[in-house]
Amino acid sequence: MSHRTPTGRVHGLGSAQHGVDHWWGQRLTALALIPLLIWFCISLVSLVGADYATFTAWLSAPARAVTMLLLIFATFYHMKLGLQVVIEDYVHSRVWNITLLVMNGFACVLLGTASAFSVIKVALGG
Amino acid sequence: MAQVERPLSPHLQVYKPQLTSVLSILHRITGIGLGIGTVLLAWWLVSAAYGPDHFEAARSFIGAWFGRLLLFGFTFSLFYHLCNGIRHLFWDAGWGFQLKTAYASGWLVVIASIGLTIVSWFAGYANGGVL
Repeated sequence: MSHRTPTGRVHGLGSAQHGVDHWWGQRLTALALIPLLIWFCISLVSLVGADYATFTAWLSAPARAVTMLLLIFATFYHMKLGLQVVIEDYVHSRVWNITLLVMNGFACVLLGTASAFSVIKVALGG
Repeated sequence: MAQVERPLSPHLQVYKPQLTSVLSILHRITGIGLGIGTVLLAWWLVSAAYGPDHFEAARSFIGAWFGRLLLFGFTFSLFYHLCNGIRHLFWDAGWGFQLKTAYASGWLVVIASIGLTIVSWFAGYANGGVL
Protein backbone atom coordinates (compact mmCIF):
# COMPACT_ATOMS: atom_id res chain seq x y z
CA MET A 1 0.00 0.00 0.00
CA SER A 2 1.27 3.41 -0.94
CA HIS A 3 1.27 6.25 1.56
CA ARG A 4 1.84 8.95 -1.03
CA THR A 5 -0.81 11.56 -1.69
CA PRO A 6 -2.55 11.42 -5.09
CA THR A 7 -0.76 14.62 -6.12
CA GLY A 8 2.61 13.22 -5.07
CA ARG A 9 1.99 10.09 -7.08
CA VAL A 10 1.10 12.04 -10.18
CA HIS A 11 4.05 14.49 -10.06
CA GLY A 12 6.56 13.78 -12.76
CA LEU A 13 4.67 10.86 -14.24
CA GLY A 14 3.24 12.94 -17.01
CA SER A 15 0.37 10.68 -17.96
CA ALA A 16 -3.14 11.99 -17.68
CA GLN A 17 -4.53 8.79 -19.26
CA HIS A 18 -5.30 10.57 -22.52
CA GLY A 19 -2.64 8.81 -24.58
CA VAL A 20 -4.84 5.94 -25.69
CA ASP A 21 -7.59 8.30 -26.86
CA HIS A 22 -5.04 10.21 -28.90
CA TRP A 23 -3.61 7.02 -30.37
CA TRP A 24 -7.00 5.64 -31.38
CA GLY A 25 -8.22 8.99 -32.68
CA GLN A 26 -5.19 9.23 -34.96
CA ARG A 27 -5.59 5.65 -36.27
CA LEU A 28 -9.35 5.71 -36.79
CA THR A 29 -9.25 9.02 -38.68
CA ALA A 30 -6.35 7.58 -40.72
CA LEU A 31 -8.45 4.53 -41.57
CA ALA A 32 -11.46 6.68 -42.52
CA LEU A 33 -9.25 8.93 -44.63
CA ILE A 34 -8.06 6.10 -46.90
CA PRO A 35 -11.32 5.75 -48.90
CA LEU A 36 -12.18 9.45 -48.45
CA LEU A 37 -8.87 10.61 -49.94
CA ILE A 38 -9.07 8.17 -52.85
CA TRP A 39 -12.50 9.66 -53.62
CA PHE A 40 -11.13 13.18 -53.12
CA CYS A 41 -8.18 12.70 -55.50
CA ILE A 42 -10.32 11.22 -58.26
CA SER A 43 -12.80 14.07 -57.78
CA LEU A 44 -10.07 16.72 -57.94
CA VAL A 45 -8.75 15.30 -61.21
CA SER A 46 -12.27 15.30 -62.66
CA LEU A 47 -12.72 18.91 -61.47
CA VAL A 48 -9.59 20.30 -63.14
CA GLY A 49 -10.70 23.31 -65.13
CA ALA A 50 -14.14 23.43 -63.52
CA ASP A 51 -15.64 26.93 -63.29
CA TYR A 52 -17.89 28.18 -60.49
CA ALA A 53 -21.12 26.81 -61.98
CA THR A 54 -19.64 23.37 -62.65
CA PHE A 55 -18.06 23.15 -59.22
CA THR A 56 -21.14 24.25 -57.25
CA ALA A 57 -23.36 21.93 -59.28
CA TRP A 58 -20.93 19.10 -58.54
CA LEU A 59 -20.86 19.81 -54.81
CA SER A 60 -24.64 20.20 -54.60
CA ALA A 61 -25.25 16.46 -54.91
CA PRO A 62 -26.12 15.39 -51.33
CA ALA A 63 -23.84 12.32 -51.33
CA ARG A 64 -20.89 14.45 -52.43
CA ALA A 65 -21.57 17.17 -49.86
CA VAL A 66 -21.83 14.58 -47.07
CA THR A 67 -18.66 12.83 -48.21
CA MET A 68 -16.88 16.17 -48.34
CA LEU A 69 -18.06 16.98 -44.80
CA LEU A 70 -16.77 13.62 -43.55
CA LEU A 71 -13.46 14.28 -45.29
CA ILE A 72 -13.22 17.72 -43.69
CA PHE A 73 -13.95 16.40 -40.20
CA ALA A 74 -11.51 13.47 -40.46
CA THR A 75 -8.81 15.64 -42.06
CA PHE A 76 -8.84 18.45 -39.52
CA TYR A 77 -9.14 16.11 -36.56
CA HIS A 78 -6.22 14.02 -37.85
CA MET A 79 -4.26 17.20 -38.53
CA LYS A 80 -4.86 18.55 -35.03
CA LEU A 81 -3.56 15.32 -33.47
CA GLY A 82 -0.59 15.07 -35.82
CA LEU A 83 0.63 18.65 -35.48
CA GLN A 84 0.11 18.40 -31.72
CA VAL A 85 2.67 15.56 -31.54
CA VAL A 86 5.14 17.48 -33.71
CA ILE A 87 4.87 20.51 -31.39
CA GLU A 88 5.19 18.33 -28.28
CA ASP A 89 8.31 16.67 -29.70
CA TYR A 90 10.24 19.66 -30.99
CA VAL A 91 9.14 22.82 -29.18
CA HIS A 92 10.83 22.68 -25.79
CA SER A 93 10.22 26.21 -24.52
CA ARG A 94 7.24 25.88 -22.18
CA VAL A 95 5.66 29.16 -23.21
CA TRP A 96 5.97 28.45 -26.94
CA ASN A 97 4.92 24.85 -26.45
CA ILE A 98 1.63 25.79 -24.82
CA THR A 99 1.06 28.78 -27.13
CA LEU A 100 1.53 26.67 -30.26
CA LEU A 101 -0.58 23.80 -28.91
CA VAL A 102 -3.46 26.20 -28.23
CA MET A 103 -3.03 27.91 -31.62
CA ASN A 104 -2.94 24.52 -33.35
CA GLY A 105 -6.28 23.55 -31.84
CA PHE A 106 -7.86 26.90 -32.67
CA ALA A 107 -6.52 26.93 -36.24
CA CYS A 108 -7.77 23.40 -36.99
CA VAL A 109 -11.23 24.16 -35.61
CA LEU A 110 -11.37 27.46 -37.50
CA LEU A 111 -10.29 26.00 -40.87
CA GLY A 112 -12.51 22.94 -40.39
CA THR A 113 -15.58 24.98 -39.46
CA ALA A 114 -15.07 27.46 -42.30
CA SER A 115 -14.65 24.61 -44.79
CA ALA A 116 -17.66 22.69 -43.50
CA PHE A 117 -19.90 25.76 -43.49
CA SER A 118 -18.85 26.59 -47.05
CA VAL A 119 -19.71 23.10 -48.25
CA ILE A 120 -23.13 23.27 -46.59
CA LYS A 121 -23.81 26.76 -47.99
CA VAL A 122 -22.87 25.74 -51.55
CA ALA A 123 -24.76 22.44 -51.27
CA LEU A 124 -27.90 24.26 -50.13
CA GLY A 125 -27.77 26.56 -53.14
CA GLY A 126 -25.21 29.27 -52.30
CA MET B 1 14.54 19.32 -8.36
CA ALA B 2 17.35 20.43 -10.62
CA GLN B 3 17.32 18.92 -14.10
CA VAL B 4 20.50 16.90 -14.71
CA GLU B 5 21.99 17.32 -18.18
CA ARG B 6 22.37 13.69 -19.14
CA PRO B 7 23.88 12.65 -22.48
CA LEU B 8 21.11 12.00 -24.95
CA SER B 9 20.91 9.36 -27.64
CA PRO B 10 20.60 9.00 -30.59
CA HIS B 11 22.65 11.78 -32.12
CA LEU B 12 20.94 11.86 -35.49
CA GLN B 13 23.80 13.68 -37.22
CA VAL B 14 26.28 10.81 -36.74
CA TYR B 15 23.97 8.26 -38.33
CA LYS B 16 24.14 7.37 -42.00
CA PRO B 17 20.66 8.04 -43.42
CA GLN B 18 18.77 4.82 -44.07
CA LEU B 19 15.62 4.28 -46.11
CA THR B 20 13.59 3.55 -42.98
CA SER B 21 14.70 6.66 -41.11
CA VAL B 22 14.42 8.93 -44.15
CA LEU B 23 10.86 7.74 -44.86
CA SER B 24 9.98 8.21 -41.20
CA ILE B 25 11.04 11.87 -41.12
CA LEU B 26 9.48 12.39 -44.56
CA HIS B 27 6.16 11.24 -43.07
CA ARG B 28 6.36 14.11 -40.58
CA ILE B 29 7.55 16.64 -43.14
CA THR B 30 4.74 15.77 -45.57
CA GLY B 31 2.30 15.86 -42.65
CA ILE B 32 3.33 19.44 -41.86
CA GLY B 33 3.20 20.25 -45.59
CA LEU B 34 -0.34 18.90 -45.78
CA GLY B 35 -1.22 21.19 -42.87
CA ILE B 36 -0.28 24.12 -45.12
CA GLY B 37 -2.17 22.42 -47.96
CA THR B 38 -5.39 22.39 -45.94
CA VAL B 39 -5.27 26.20 -45.92
CA LEU B 40 -5.43 26.01 -49.71
CA LEU B 41 -8.34 23.54 -49.48
CA ALA B 42 -10.21 25.75 -47.01
CA TRP B 43 -9.62 28.83 -49.18
CA TRP B 44 -10.93 27.00 -52.26
CA LEU B 45 -14.12 25.91 -50.45
CA VAL B 46 -14.71 29.26 -48.73
CA SER B 47 -14.19 31.10 -52.01
CA ALA B 48 -16.99 29.01 -53.53
CA ALA B 49 -19.25 30.05 -50.65
CA TYR B 50 -18.49 33.74 -51.37
CA GLY B 51 -19.55 33.48 -55.01
CA PRO B 52 -18.18 33.37 -58.59
CA ASP B 53 -15.72 36.30 -58.29
CA HIS B 54 -13.93 34.93 -55.26
CA PHE B 55 -13.94 31.43 -56.72
CA GLU B 56 -12.32 32.69 -59.92
CA ALA B 57 -9.67 34.55 -57.89
CA ALA B 58 -8.77 31.35 -56.02
CA ARG B 59 -8.80 29.38 -59.26
CA SER B 60 -6.48 31.77 -61.05
CA PHE B 61 -4.06 31.75 -58.10
CA ILE B 62 -3.95 27.95 -58.02
CA GLY B 63 -3.73 27.87 -61.82
CA ALA B 64 -0.70 30.18 -61.97
CA TRP B 65 2.80 28.69 -61.79
CA PHE B 66 3.23 29.30 -58.07
CA GLY B 67 -0.16 27.79 -57.28
CA ARG B 68 0.60 24.79 -59.47
CA LEU B 69 3.92 24.31 -57.71
CA LEU B 70 2.12 24.35 -54.34
CA LEU B 71 -0.49 21.94 -55.69
CA PHE B 72 2.21 19.62 -57.03
CA GLY B 73 3.89 19.51 -53.61
CA PHE B 74 0.47 19.03 -52.03
CA THR B 75 -0.32 16.11 -54.38
CA PHE B 76 2.95 14.33 -53.69
CA SER B 77 2.69 14.93 -49.94
CA LEU B 78 -0.86 13.61 -49.94
CA PHE B 79 0.00 10.40 -51.81
CA TYR B 80 3.17 9.84 -49.80
CA HIS B 81 1.48 10.43 -46.44
CA LEU B 82 -1.45 8.22 -47.51
CA CYS B 83 0.74 5.33 -48.71
CA ASN B 84 3.15 5.50 -45.79
CA GLY B 85 0.20 5.94 -43.43
CA ILE B 86 -1.19 2.61 -44.65
CA ARG B 87 2.28 1.13 -43.99
CA HIS B 88 2.08 2.52 -40.45
CA LEU B 89 -1.37 1.02 -39.92
CA PHE B 90 0.00 -2.41 -40.87
CA TRP B 91 2.78 -1.90 -38.33
CA ASP B 92 0.17 -0.92 -35.72
CA ALA B 93 -1.55 -4.23 -36.42
CA GLY B 94 1.78 -5.96 -35.76
CA TRP B 95 2.59 -6.83 -39.36
CA GLY B 96 5.67 -6.02 -41.43
CA PHE B 97 8.39 -5.49 -38.82
CA GLN B 98 10.89 -7.88 -40.45
CA LEU B 99 13.78 -5.79 -41.76
CA LYS B 100 13.34 -7.19 -45.26
CA THR B 101 9.60 -6.48 -45.21
CA ALA B 102 10.11 -2.97 -43.82
CA TYR B 103 12.51 -2.16 -46.67
CA ALA B 104 10.26 -3.74 -49.30
CA SER B 105 7.18 -1.82 -48.07
CA GLY B 106 9.31 1.33 -47.89
CA TRP B 107 10.34 1.10 -51.53
CA LEU B 108 6.77 0.23 -52.45
CA VAL B 109 5.64 3.47 -50.77
CA VAL B 110 8.26 5.49 -52.67
CA ILE B 111 7.28 3.99 -56.04
CA ALA B 112 3.54 4.21 -55.37
CA SER B 113 3.57 7.83 -54.22
CA ILE B 114 5.72 9.03 -57.12
CA GLY B 115 3.65 6.93 -59.56
CA LEU B 116 0.31 8.19 -58.24
CA THR B 117 1.54 11.79 -58.37
CA ILE B 118 2.57 11.43 -62.02
CA VAL B 119 -0.62 9.56 -62.98
CA SER B 120 -2.93 12.09 -61.32
CA TRP B 121 -1.17 15.07 -62.94
CA PHE B 122 -1.19 13.35 -66.29
CA ALA B 123 -4.91 12.64 -65.89
CA GLY B 124 -5.52 16.20 -64.75
CA TYR B 125 -3.80 17.71 -67.78
CA ALA B 126 -5.52 15.25 -70.10
CA ASN B 127 -8.87 16.14 -68.53
CA GLY B 128 -8.72 19.91 -68.50
CA GLY B 129 -5.21 21.23 -68.75
CA VAL B 130 -6.09 24.48 -67.02
CA LEU B 131 -7.25 24.78 -63.43
